[in-house]
Amino acid sequence: MTPEAIKAVILEIIQDIDEDADLATLKGELPLRDQLDLDSMDFLDIVMELRKRYKLQVPEEDYPKLASLDSTVAYLTPRLKDL
Amino acid sequence: MKESRPSQRIVITGVGLAAPGADNLADFRHNLLAGLSGIRLMEHRYIGKVPAGLCDFPETKYRKRKDNKRGTRAGCLGVYAAHEAVADAGLNLAASDRSRVGVYVGLTEHGNVETENEVYNLGQFDNNVDFWSHHHNPRTVLNNPAGEITMSLDITGPHYSVGAACAAGNAALIQGLQMLRLHDVDLALCGGISESTGSFGVFASFKAQGALASHPDPRQASRPFDRGRNGIVIAEGACLYTLERLDDALARGVKIHGEIIGYAMNSDARDFVLPYWPRQAECMRLALSRAGLVAQDIDIVNSHATGTRQGDIEECHALREVFADCPRTYINNTKSLIGHAMGAAGGLELAGNLPAFTDRLVHPTINIDDLDPACSLPNLVRDRAVETNGVKVILNNSFGMLGINSVVIVGKYQQ
Repeated sequence: MTPEAIKAVILEIIQDIDEDADLATLKGELPLRDQLDLDSMDFLDIVMELRKRYKLQVPEEDYPKLASLDSTVAYLTPRLKDL
Repeated sequence: MKESRPSQRIVITGVGLAAPGADNLADFRHNLLAGLSGIRLMEHRYIGKVPAGLCDFPETKYRKRKDNKRGTRAGCLGVYAAHEAVADAGLNLAASDRSRVGVYVGLTEHGNVETENEVYNLGQFDNNVDFWSHHHNPRTVLNNPAGEITMSLDITGPHYSVGAACAAGNAALIQGLQMLRLHDVDLALCGGISESTGSFGVFASFKAQGALASHPDPRQASRPFDRGRNGIVIAEGACLYTLERLDDALARGVKIHGEIIGYAMNSDARDFVLPYWPRQAECMRLALSRAGLVAQDIDIVNSHATGTRQGDIEECHALREVFADCPRTYINNTKSLIGHAMGAAGGLELAGNLPAFTDRLVHPTINIDDLDPACSLPNLVRDRAVETNGVKVILNNSFGMLGINSVVIVGKYQQ
């Protein structure tokens, strides 16, 4: 998957968690939780969805790397490159 | 126990509900008086098509879709009913001490729906528990619906569930009343909630017991007292009340729907599922005694009968015993119209009858085409509403599995 495709997937997952989330103004470099109505349980929803879709296990110590949209894409790009 | 002190008299100041066919008390009352059934067919996993009572209400009126998705159906129903009750009571919680509000929610069961869904989902992933949801525990703790209500209304007083099978709605009303009389809280938000239509297991268990209703026309499936009855129609719903001490309600100058003047609960202590009329009769007599009333004082008895063969006969036996010489007492049944709303049944059925204090009507029991002689009752209201000379006292029966009986008596408010 390309970084662009991964970004689209993440946005889709977030939109599925919160249909009312305004993703148009989302800044990629800023923490997702500062910009959206997301808490730790929602964050775990993102991790679970990645597991369901791609059988990708994100270890707990890597959770901080999923803080922003940009860092999430950077983290996932090498892990999903063969898909 | 009869209370005359305003600080101990407990009144109903607000009603919020979601019922099969109605999302407010006025529409609910209209449907009941018109004899309109709220039952329709639903498709259920493993079970197929079954008659059920389902609620249509504005689910995002009081909270976001995101919260409905995260929470439970019971939470969604409860949050709606709670906000509606608070609005009906004219309460501004933002200006109130929300640590003095208690939320007491009656539940028949909770967690079946969420657990069944998770087990089903797990099956899609070779039963690998890595795919079990982190939402499972907060969704299935027994205080879930009450807790979701406190989060939505910023209530910081106590909240918990009252588990009392299908007597739960009445039991939670009694809990609210007692907490007010103890001055543990100043406002009680209480009643019952049911999400049981979401659980195939609840349907399947009644079916295995020979107690799940079926009929070619779903609107005729719920038929307590009829010779052709063949079981329960399961319904979802919520009915929450705001209860206040009379002196507080008078100080606010708020409309009073009624006063809880008597109540009782007891146990059969004999069988997991079969009801027992002598204990039901004892429960009614105890409630009457506590209210300082005799059976002849009751204008409407709202029966619990669910449409099972044995259950209806047992309650009718109890009713004939207690109301043997009561020519002015009418008996009706709300489940014939909305099905059995389990934890919400006691609350919804009482709410459906409360407007009788002002409109003087007794809503009918429908679907009695061929009355079972074993269910013959004096003044059973059938097919059409009955106009009375005035309704002053309503007695509400709710019984449940494991032999739990509850009775709540509500009087028209009089100084």
